[in-house]
Amino acid sequence: MDVRSGVLAGDTRSIARAISWVENDDPRAAELIRGIYPSTGRAYIVGLTGSPGVGKSTLVSRMAALMATGKRKVGVLAVDPTSPFSGGAILGDRVRMFDVALSPNVYIRSMGTRGSLGGISRATRMASRVLDAAGFDWILVETVGAGQSEVDVHDVAYTTVVVMAPGMGDEIQAMKAGIMEIGDVFVVNKADRDGADRTAAQVASIVQLSDEREWHPPVLKVSAELNQGIERVIDAIEQHKSYLEQSGKLAEAKASMARRDVLEILRARLSEDLRHELDQPALQEKLDEVANRQSDPYTLVDTVFEQYWRKT
Amino acid sequence: MEHKIRVLVAKPGLDGHDRGAKVLARAFMEAGMEVIYTGIRRTPEQIAEVARQEDVDVVALSCLSGAHNTLFPKVVDLLREKGMGDVLVVGGGVIPDEDVPFLKAHGIEEVFGPGTPLATSVDYIRTHVSREA
Repeated sequence: MDVRSGVLAGDTRSIARAISWVENDDPRAAELIRGIYPSTGRAYIVGLTGSPGVGKSTLVSRMAALMATGKRKVGVLAVDPTSPFSGGAILGDRVRMFDVALSPNVYIRSMGTRGSLGGISRATRMASRVLDAAGFDWILVETVGAGQSEVDVHDVAYTTVVVMAPGMGDEIQAMKAGIMEIGDVFVVNKADRDGADRTAAQVASIVQLSDEREWHPPVLKVSAELNQGIERVIDAIEQHKSYLEQSGKLAEAKASMARRDVLEILRARLSEDLRHELDQPALQEKLDEVANRQSDPYTLVDTVFEQYWRKT
Repeated sequence: MEHKIRVLVAKPGLDGHDRGAKVLARAFMEAGMEVIYTGIRRTPEQIAEVARQEDVDVVALSCLSGAHNTLFPKVVDLLREKGMGDVLVVGGGVIPDEDVPFLKAHGIEEVFGPGTPLATSVDYIRTHVSREA
């Protein structure tokens, strides 16, 4: 079975190999995506983000177990940081995901960020297309432990869940721009611990500040460890999904996601081509001129573009 | 981008001693590999299934309980059943010298005992990952 047919048939080994191709920028990835893209657009993609240690992996594991009931299939993309020094990574999200690791309806893939700083990796977008084509009903994207500005998950998911825990920062922290602005559902995890009510109240008061929005993000207290309140998180996601469907916003989101698929490939290809152009021996002299301040970066960039367009 | 070596570091069986496995995971990371670590007390079935889902090139097994002659070959058999016979399987832990030929005959391609320098394991993996990407 070739990888494309395997993905479309939902074969685990083919799915795993396809995601590796996407991650490695393998030349076969483009042909593969061409072959499966018409079968995408059906899965519902949920992003989960939050600071390190708030319990994202445990929550994802509990959610996947509940979501994979009946014939429904759940795919999980769990992102952990890649070392900027060695390029290696320790992908440890699975340590907390063993409840569901052998469920036939759950597929989990650990991914390194590989240089991306937005909380997910560049390949996460296309990896979720692979899962989509393979017939997964739900795709859960778990970001690296994110602080305030890692908001890329918002671009690859229809519903974004921001996970918090008691004692992780005061109200002012919560008011800051970025991660607090992308939540469609807020989860205060570890609700069995002291301070959960206070944290939930603080989050609720911040979220209510922007009440011109049609969707009012709920703030839910759960304990992933004790497996309490998980169904309420899934209910809230379902409600947000219905809201998006009924308001026509899901169609808009799908359209803008397709546009970003294009933009992302365009950006990658263009930057690769232009870097290749800059590496031409003829331009090394020009680069030296910039280094010696006989020229400047803007002038050289114009030259690179001129050469590039002349060729194409 | 080049093909990054993906290694599953796994501890099969009833054995809670994972300091060695963690040190190795760290060494593989520092060598530029992506390491999937799953925690302690996993079954051979769980390990083989994770290897399949994660599309790893290498499964590195660690066992300090004495059950390596049962557990390691079981992982190899399950990988072959799942069509992943090309994955490099190596083992480590407290393994008596006389068990090494048995393990090698059962698909464990190399065995690293106590005191093996980290660089030896890292270099072995680098030079022996043969799996077709």
